[in-house]
Amino acid sequence: MSTKTKSIHSKNNFKQDDRLKKVSSLRVLLNRPELGALGGAILVFIFFGIVAGDTGMFSAFGMLNFFDVSANLGIIAIAAAMLMIGGEFDLSIGSMIGFAGICIAIPAIYWGWPLWMSIIFAFSMAVIVGYFNGLLVVKTGLPSFIVTLAMLFILRGATLAITRLITGRTQVPGLRVLIENDPIAWLFATDTFKWLFIWLGSMNLIDLRTDGTPLATGIPPSVIWFIFLTILTTWILMKTRYGNWIFASGGDKNGARNVGVPVGRVKIGLFIGTAVASTIFATIQVLDAGSADTMRGSLKELEAIAAAVVGGCLLTGGYGSAIGAAFGAIIFGTVSMGIFYTDIDTDWFKVFLGAMMLIAVIFNNYIRKKVTESK
Amino acid sequence: MSDYLIQFNNVSKFFGKVIALKDVTMKLKKGEIMCLLGDNGAGKSTLIKTLAGVHKPDEGEIVIEGEKIIFDGPKDALDMGIATVYQDLALVSLMSVTRNFFMGREPLKGLPFFKTFDLEKANKIAAERMGQIGIDVRDPSQAVGTMSGGERQCLAISRAIYFGAKVLVLDEPTSALGVHQASVVLKYIVKAASQGLAVILITHNVHHAYPVGNSFTVLNRGKSLGTYNKKDISREKLLSMMAGGEELDKLEVELKEINRLAN
Repeated sequence: MSTKTKSIHSKNNFKQDDRLKKVSSLRVLLNRPELGALGGAILVFIFFGIVAGDTGMFSAFGMLNFFDVSANLGIIAIAAAMLMIGGEFDLSIGSMIGFAGICIAIPAIYWGWPLWMSIIFAFSMAVIVGYFNGLLVVKTGLPSFIVTLAMLFILRGATLAITRLITGRTQVPGLRVLIENDPIAWLFATDTFKWLFIWLGSMNLIDLRTDGTPLATGIPPSVIWFIFLTILTTWILMKTRYGNWIFASGGDKNGARNVGVPVGRVKIGLFIGTAVASTIFATIQVLDAGSADTMRGSLKELEAIAAAVVGGCLLTGGYGSAIGAAFGAIIFGTVSMGIFYTDIDTDWFKVFLGAMMLIAVIFNNYIRKKVTESK
Repeated sequence: MSDYLIQFNNVSKFFGKVIALKDVTMKLKKGEIMCLLGDNGAGKSTLIKTLAGVHKPDEGEIVIEGEKIIFDGPKDALDMGIATVYQDLALVSLMSVTRNFFMGREPLKGLPFFKTFDLEKANKIAAERMGQIGIDVRDPSQAVGTMSGGERQCLAISRAIYFGAKVLVLDEPTSALGVHQASVVLKYIVKAASQGLAVILITHNVHHAYPVGNSFTVLNRGKSLGTYNKKDISREKLLSMMAGGEELDKLEVELKEINRLAN
């Protein structure tokens, strides 16, 4: 019980307490959920800066490489983090990626749809899957872990079965030629800031190919989406009413309901969010590879959850941040790529991933105690 | 126009064969604190839920400001200005004071479609409101989890008042609190009443109820044993009524008997 935080003011002379100043900025920072992930990311960069500083990892080409991987993971990690703050899980993210891939590829290749229509179709399916996930969790009151685990199998199985039924195989190639002149596909398939890289190349600041064009051609679409989604979700969480409802729904759904928060609607919205994020991930990858694979996205849901946890999300909901999840994704992306530039066997990556997550959970648990217990 | 803000006239509630409430009559003026006393199972919870619009009475009527009212749900009761603060307080301990204060009813600013939660205004109001009741939140963005039980109770009450409560229904507000914390909460309840609210304070603790109450209604096994003004009843009498005085008398006789036999 804290008696020292209390003092009696009369009604009229209420003023800001000067003890406010004693709360150091370090303390404020320590209470932010993304702190651990930010620190982790800095440590990772320092580590690779020392170990692999002269290997080309930090050349423009190398950096785009690991930021591309980070950004792809980040897109789904941010959505997973939002859902976790809202108090639920989505284990069907990976399966949704595979499903969205064939939702684009089969109509475009086998049914002759224009690519943009296939992409819109895939996003519509994502909204339906997310809505169904959310509705099932909200209406039955079952743990989302179980409901979405079932959806993990259903979606992956359906993806495989439908693809083999229609195409007779498990991969659908031939998409690359459709990208050109498509009114929507460029959103997911265009490298941006090309002029910057050409200029940097002409100044001899970055590596060039033998034909004189820069090795790194532009910022990949994944990175643009990643930055856009990080800003958007952070704005939603911190600055909007819906953000407050997400925290409330995850923190105490009965309490939230008692004061008028539409908890069911909030959660369904978040499930739609993870399915749509999976589809953004799938669209970028399918257009980049030029083909859809039924196994695409396997185990991505676990990586997304791991990144969200490293980013400071509590597994019990009600606490976390989108920026934290973004840093979590950057940590994993950087290590998974950076490890190639070192002498370390890449087999060790998963060991690192697991250890990182454990440390994060222990750290988060400690932070939560700090936040919820009387000082 | 009636003098009374809220009246219960012979309200009864049955669950199948179980009589949860029978012919409960009570009335309350503005600025009054009525304490609803009763042991476990006396029907306090049923009465609260009837007040909050969760249950509809099977017999009798609820009259608010002279008008007979039938609540169609908790939202109706809230719209009529009857705010119930349950024991769980509907606070999220991981969220800040401000975010809790305005949970579900956030003030907005900005253009349509881009409306944002006006945290600046919300912080100011929350700090001001908490300051008025003598709770100094050093920083309205601090988590509610860092507050003491009494402070949390006051926050929940303060929130209900801010959002337009006329009748405040408090479910065991002091039951989980230490002596000092309880007195802070009770002081605040008196202050709220003095500003014109009607307060229904549900408790089984006569020692907390007696100093603050203007009138006392004792419930026993779903029936009201009557409403008494403070000047008409002593603390001891209340205590014995609540515990079922006869039963205690009987117990005393039995204990004497046991002692006699033991000797």
